[in-house]
Amino acid sequence: MPIPQAGHRASGSQSSQIRLAEMGSCPSVKNILVLDLEGKRVAVKYYSDEWPSAASKLAFEKSVFVKTQKPGAKAEEADVVMFDGYIVVYKFIEDLHFFVTGGEEENELILASVLQGFSDAVGILLRSKVDKRTALENLDLIFLCIDEVVDGGIVLETDGNVIAEKVSGHGPEGAGSYAEQSVTQAFAVAKQHFMRSLLN
Amino acid sequence: MAQPLVVKKDDDMDEEEYYSPFLGIEKGAVLQEARVFNDPQLDARRCCQVITKLLYLLNQGDTFTKVEATEVFFATTKLFQSKDAGLRRMVYLMIKELSPSADEVIIVTSSLMKDMNSKTDMYRANAIRVLCRIIDSTLLTQIERYLKQAIVDKNPVVASAALVSGIYLLQTSPEVVKRWSNEVQEAVQSRAALVQFHALALLHQIRQNDRLAVSKLVSSLTRGSVRSPLAQCLLIRYTSQVIRESGMNTQGGDRPFFDFLESCLRNKAEMVILEAARAITDLNGVTSRELTPAITVLQLFLSSSKPVLRFAAVRTLNKVASTHPLAVTNCNIDMESLISDQNRSIATLAITTLLKTGNESSVDRLMKQMTNFMSDIADEFKIVVVEAIRSLCLKFPLKYRSLMNFLSNILREEGGFDYKKAIVDSIIILIRDIPDAKESGLFHLCEFIEDCEFTYLSTQILHFLGNEGPKTSDPSKYIRYIYNRVILENATVRASAVSTLAKFGALVDALKPRIFVLLRRCLFDGDDEVRDRATLYIKLLDGEATVGETEKDVTDFLFGSLDVPLVNLEASLRNYEPSEVPFDISSVPKETKSQPLAEKKAAGKKSTGPASAVNGPVPTIDASYEKLLSSIPEFASFGKLFKSSAPVELTEAETEYSVNVVKHIYDGHVVLQYNCTNTIPEQLLEEVVVFVDASEADEFSEVASKPLRSLPYDSPGQTFVAFEKPEGVLATGKFSNILKFIVKEVDSSTGEAEDDGVEDEYQLEDFEIISADYMLKVGVSNFRNAWESMDAETERIDEYGLGVRESLAEAVSAVISILGMQPCEGTDIVQNNSRSHTCLLSGVFIGNVKVLVRLSFGISGPKEVAMKLAVRSDDPEVSDRIHEIVANG
Repeated sequence: MPIPQAGHRASGSQSSQIRLAEMGSCPSVKNILVLDLEGKRVAVKYYSDEWPSAASKLAFEKSVFVKTQKPGAKAEEADVVMFDGYIVVYKFIEDLHFFVTGGEEENELILASVLQGFSDAVGILLRSKVDKRTALENLDLIFLCIDEVVDGGIVLETDGNVIAEKVSGHGPEGAGSYAEQSVTQAFAVAKQHFMRSLLN
Repeated sequence: MAQPLVVKKDDDMDEEEYYSPFLGIEKGAVLQEARVFNDPQLDARRCCQVITKLLYLLNQGDTFTKVEATEVFFATTKLFQSKDAGLRRMVYLMIKELSPSADEVIIVTSSLMKDMNSKTDMYRANAIRVLCRIIDSTLLTQIERYLKQAIVDKNPVVASAALVSGIYLLQTSPEVVKRWSNEVQEAVQSRAALVQFHALALLHQIRQNDRLAVSKLVSSLTRGSVRSPLAQCLLIRYTSQVIRESGMNTQGGDRPFFDFLESCLRNKAEMVILEAARAITDLNGVTSRELTPAITVLQLFLSSSKPVLRFAAVRTLNKVASTHPLAVTNCNIDMESLISDQNRSIATLAITTLLKTGNESSVDRLMKQMTNFMSDIADEFKIVVVEAIRSLCLKFPLKYRSLMNFLSNILREEGGFDYKKAIVDSIIILIRDIPDAKESGLFHLCEFIEDCEFTYLSTQILHFLGNEGPKTSDPSKYIRYIYNRVILENATVRASAVSTLAKFGALVDALKPRIFVLLRRCLFDGDDEVRDRATLYIKLLDGEATVGETEKDVTDFLFGSLDVPLVNLEASLRNYEPSEVPFDISSVPKETKSQPLAEKKAAGKKSTGPASAVNGPVPTIDASYEKLLSSIPEFASFGKLFKSSAPVELTEAETEYSVNVVKHIYDGHVVLQYNCTNTIPEQLLEEVVVFVDASEADEFSEVASKPLRSLPYDSPGQTFVAFEKPEGVLATGKFSNILKFIVKEVDSSTGEAEDDGVEDEYQLEDFEIISADYMLKVGVSNFRNAWESMDAETERIDEYGLGVRESLAEAVSAVISILGMQPCEGTDIVQNNSRSHTCLLSGVFIGNVKVLVRLSFGISGPKEVAMKLAVRSDDPEVSDRIHEIVANG
């Protein structure tokens, strides 16, 4: 089977994404998907530009969803599927389907640890009530969670507790220095900064 | 923001629609809502909700126009006033999502730089990640100092953020990031697992082009300071890279770093064990002693309760089984239990591994298990299985009966086109390669076309049946199946069936009268093509038509394959103008065009500016070369053009004059066509001619030269030089060239040239006429058949030592390019790690002599490559020639 390369890229559209092909041998995640029971998007994040258009993303989500459909089976445990040169690890929790995709040559156990960390963190943040409804009501947390798991395809953190901590901000440092300033002070400083930057 | 749950319905489906807080969300309305960002008293909670909605829209695939994005961006920047930590996180996310343009970035830089130096770790880490995503290299130098500090920050989250950003920035500003080496090196020693991982990744990328530095890095780290599993996986990848690159000079003995890989097999983390096992199985020329420990850990994984682990193991073993089947046989029992695995990917991989490792006695048992298995997997898996069975059957030809039965059974079951095609292809290959299997195979195919919904497959089988059926012991039994097609199928299949009938009629005299009866019935068919074919074949078999003067002509016409590439035929037919002269198929160029190469050349030439025009509409196709050359009276007597080479560049890119040469080969002459382009607007060149020194090509003597009258700026022109060479001799040699011309200054304002010119000359590069110039790349559709149809008397075999080569693939491509022949059936591709390779080539040698070459390569430990060369051709002398070429190459 041909090794998928991040071949043609949409010029400029996704400039903030790391070009996976150039990252050499670093383990990389191509996307993280959270879909519902019908395969519709709850939250998705693509790190590779192998899917340049909205349509190609949707097509990928559809085929992932179809290929992981199992009559009756509940995949509370991570499972895996390989197709079109991608490895996808996935697990279902209630009515949510979690997917992490990597290239064919990727170490599937690394992808599985990303999936585990991500779904654990979501579980902690949603206080163990992991379902579509709660996820949508707390979508900001889901987005932040994805942001803390992987950055530009590179694994940031795989420990669910740490990820959840980073998202909720209940880390050791607490609310931080801004609390020490009064509102008006902060406002004045910020305004000053803003004006200065405008003038520049 | 949550939509109130109006009515709760009993119906599940309805409920799902109702509870979404984003039900009925609309971009315009959300953009309106974003105005709250401008409120003097910010409501952090509400702002968070609006950002979430905006992100939701983007996530669902909505897009913002440039104006909308700018507005949202500016509004978002106001939110830096809020001290709410949650809101700040969302602001960071929003800015990354909007990927602002350079002039917009300025607005947030100072806010982000402030956060970067905040006492709050969370702000520091995130501000770094955001800023590095949107910044350009000039701003980067301003914050470089802070990033270097952040890399060694005591908070691991901050350090990781800076390191990951470094990996990203390395692509845009490598020179800046490379200055951080010391800090990154310090971070590699961090006690935080992820920091170590990110630091190692960055450090390697900084040094990746310096082989020695990477090797040093690996040898210092493999001594054991890396603990994080992810970092260890990285280290294993770097180690195998180093092993691969150093592999050339190690002969026998222990592989460097192998101990490290082996020690990783005992690691606590499964991902590290897997990474190490894969690294070992992928080693170049791995020995079975090296494989054993890796196979042992993978075997343990096979019985794991985790599907991902089982999958990882069976996938790796499957790959090993292709090259070292014996090493995997120990796992066969575990593998067999995986056939019933819930996960069908695992089951399929297990089956195909077993098929690769199985021995002759286990075939029947496996087949029994397979029958149940096939009914509940998807087509794509079935295709993999069918291919595995095909290779198993070729390995154990004695077992063809049970394997052929299996294939025919699954052929009858439901399935899509690709699946059915895979089965049909397999049966056809088995029939070709195992003579005993022919009768039963053909019978299965006949059964299949009785009820086949795919026109493509029906015609393919009919064609095959026409070639093979008449040669069987009882050809008459196939007629019924074929004639049924004429009655029952669509026009395409009917036409194809008519041709097949004719083939039976031509080869089997006993059947001829019956075939006539059947063909006559086809004369009343509703389709033109079917009627035309029937009429033609009736005349042909009757010996009336002009094509069929003798028996041999008839069979040639019926069975001869089209020996010109279809693309070329199509192009020639398009160019053909209806006239008195009938279309002559022998005028179609036979050379296969290597399209991708030509495109690459064109793309590469773009950089040479105006010169690229040379490759434009001017001759790229042989036909137009021929037209061009025959229009020049000096060359008219040379006869038929045999071959035109691809253009060879004689100047560097971006020089004053751009020149390339095309070598036109005739039987007794060579015409050199120099395509020249003048890239200086202020010059007009006149009387352009190439002075050719052929003193190093003594079999060639110059007979004519055709100068170019004038060569204005940026409009390509050609000058020609013709040589005579002895006919029937493989004349080769080196030619050095000087471009001579008269330069006239051109007034750039008026565009008029001065009257007086100056003589000048310009040194061009040398080029050679080589043996490959006398060979046309002409493919054959079925090499085996073509090979066998050639007289074995003409075969010449010899062996050659090619000395030490970089790799097998390199040796193969070198020989192909020396011979200049067309690789057949994809045999120019050499499998990774393989120790031997067979390459099939075909071509037409000057004098229109068909040549087929079979190359068998083998490589020994120290990269010593040996080759066996077998040649068959229409002329034994040419076979000897080919050997001479290789011996001298």
